[in-house]
Amino acid sequence: MSLLELRDITYTVSGRTILAGLTLAVEAGEVHALLGSNGTGKSTLASLIMGCQGYQPDSGDIVFADTLINHLKIYERALLGISMAWQEPARFEGLRVRDYLTLGRVTDQPESTLRLVGLEPSRYLSRMVDRSLSGGERKRIELASILALRPKLAILDEPDSGIDLLSTDDIIRVLDHLRCAGSAVLLITHRDEIAAAADQASQICGGRIVCTGNVAQVTADFKNKKCISCDGEVCSDE
Amino acid sequence: MNEFDELMSALGTAGGDQATLADPAIAHLVVVGNRIVSSRSLPGLEVAADETEGGVRMMIRLREGTHLTTPVHTCFGVVHREGEQQINIEVVLERNSSARFIAHCLFPKAERVRHIMDAHIEIGEGASMGYQERHYHGPFGGIEVIPKATVRVGSGGRYTSDFTLTDGRVGSLAIDYDVEAAEDAVVELTARVYGHGDDEIRIQERVVLDGKNARGIIKTRIAVEDDALAEVTGITEGNAAGARGHVDCMEIIRDRAVAKAIPIVSVTNSQAKVTHEAAIGSVDKHQLETLMAHGLAPEEAVDVIVKGMLG
Repeated sequence: MSLLELRDITYTVSGRTILAGLTLAVEAGEVHALLGSNGTGKSTLASLIMGCQGYQPDSGDIVFADTLINHLKIYERALLGISMAWQEPARFEGLRVRDYLTLGRVTDQPESTLRLVGLEPSRYLSRMVDRSLSGGERKRIELASILALRPKLAILDEPDSGIDLLSTDDIIRVLDHLRCAGSAVLLITHRDEIAAAADQASQICGGRIVCTGNVAQVTADFKNKKCISCDGEVCSDE
Repeated sequence: MNEFDELMSALGTAGGDQATLADPAIAHLVVVGNRIVSSRSLPGLEVAADETEGGVRMMIRLREGTHLTTPVHTCFGVVHREGEQQINIEVVLERNSSARFIAHCLFPKAERVRHIMDAHIEIGEGASMGYQERHYHGPFGGIEVIPKATVRVGSGGRYTSDFTLTDGRVGSLAIDYDVEAAEDAVVELTARVYGHGDDEIRIQERVVLDGKNARGIIKTRIAVEDDALAEVTGITEGNAAGARGHVDCMEIIRDRAVAKAIPIVSVTNSQAKVTHEAAIGSVDKHQLETLMAHGLAPEEAVDVIVKGMLG
């Protein structure tokens, strides 16, 4: 049994089908890259797994650690071991980085998780998680918070967007650290070099998983706009 | 327990430290009802206070060039269920002086209490005044608080005020601050209030930037729940070249509470600039979901967001 199983998920918004019978499995301890063009449903899928408000599948099952979680709320899913780093992390007035990194059932010290994402603790622990942080700093702190939680499944929605190219190594270090800690990762990304750090990859197109397997092969197909489902028509909008 | 001890007990509840009043290096004034029960001054700081029928009349003067390194503590309160306290204060900071004031306003048992404060503050050229006002009104909501202040900040002077009422009930609060800033003066007004039950919060703050390059910000953070009401009016006028002003109001509402924000900006000089932003609504969904993804229950997540916003 896989850690996460998405079985034949459909999801529509205002009559428009976003996910159309999507099936995907993520194994325990695996880093699984999810590749797809803009508008193919990647972030929607992340929100469905996390259980965000308004994201309930029309049909299909979301099973996590042998438990059907379709009707669980976000925090109930978090307590089961799912957490998520959003593409655009929220900002909080008056909440210090130190306090943010110790929310919930954290296991690691904020100092160590900050260092893992390339931030010097002495410069950041007392700062606020608010608009004073740059987009890149905020994303790194979000990754640090996921590291501190050590979830069974971490959903990382485009952790590389908004972060300078030089920090690719930081993201790969985060993935390695999560893997070593036994966390599975669903990694949503557009970048080859980030996806290359995964153990397995899937391509999403037209609201379905069109292929799953070897990272290099899936990445190459995605890059070459090869898609067995739409023959490149949908995938070529990137 | 006598009135002074009761007030000190309330001070502890409100997060204050009674030890500061015993420290000979710290100036203070303690008023219970209309009685001055304790006071201490320091070199360069003159404090004259008289008891009046309904409260106290005070004159505070900081002599030219005096810089107080420790804050002046004032403690006002009514410890009975019913009562009225009227505080009239005149504060003068002479040229190039600086001081911080911390005012504790304590009404721990208020069921029918009225507290009126009328302050006139003159900040001289190059002088700096920081003013923090911390309120604790107890759990009953039977209090009416009417703080009114007119402040004139001289050239190169600085005035910062920070009003906080986030523990216990508010009752009825009507703040009315009016600040004029001369050339190169800086004004920062902050108010944080958390209303519950049928509390009523009305805040009007006005900053007039009359001097060249004067700067001002009005920042208001309000949370209201149950049937509470909040109405915030932030007025900034830019009347001189280089004047810069900003009005920033954020209000979170829950349950049946109602909040209004009325930013009024006015510019009469083409080289002045005044901006405003206001956000009112329920707790931000994205913030809430982010915290819940850390395993916080909804009520815990709301608590973190509201406490953060209220500082």
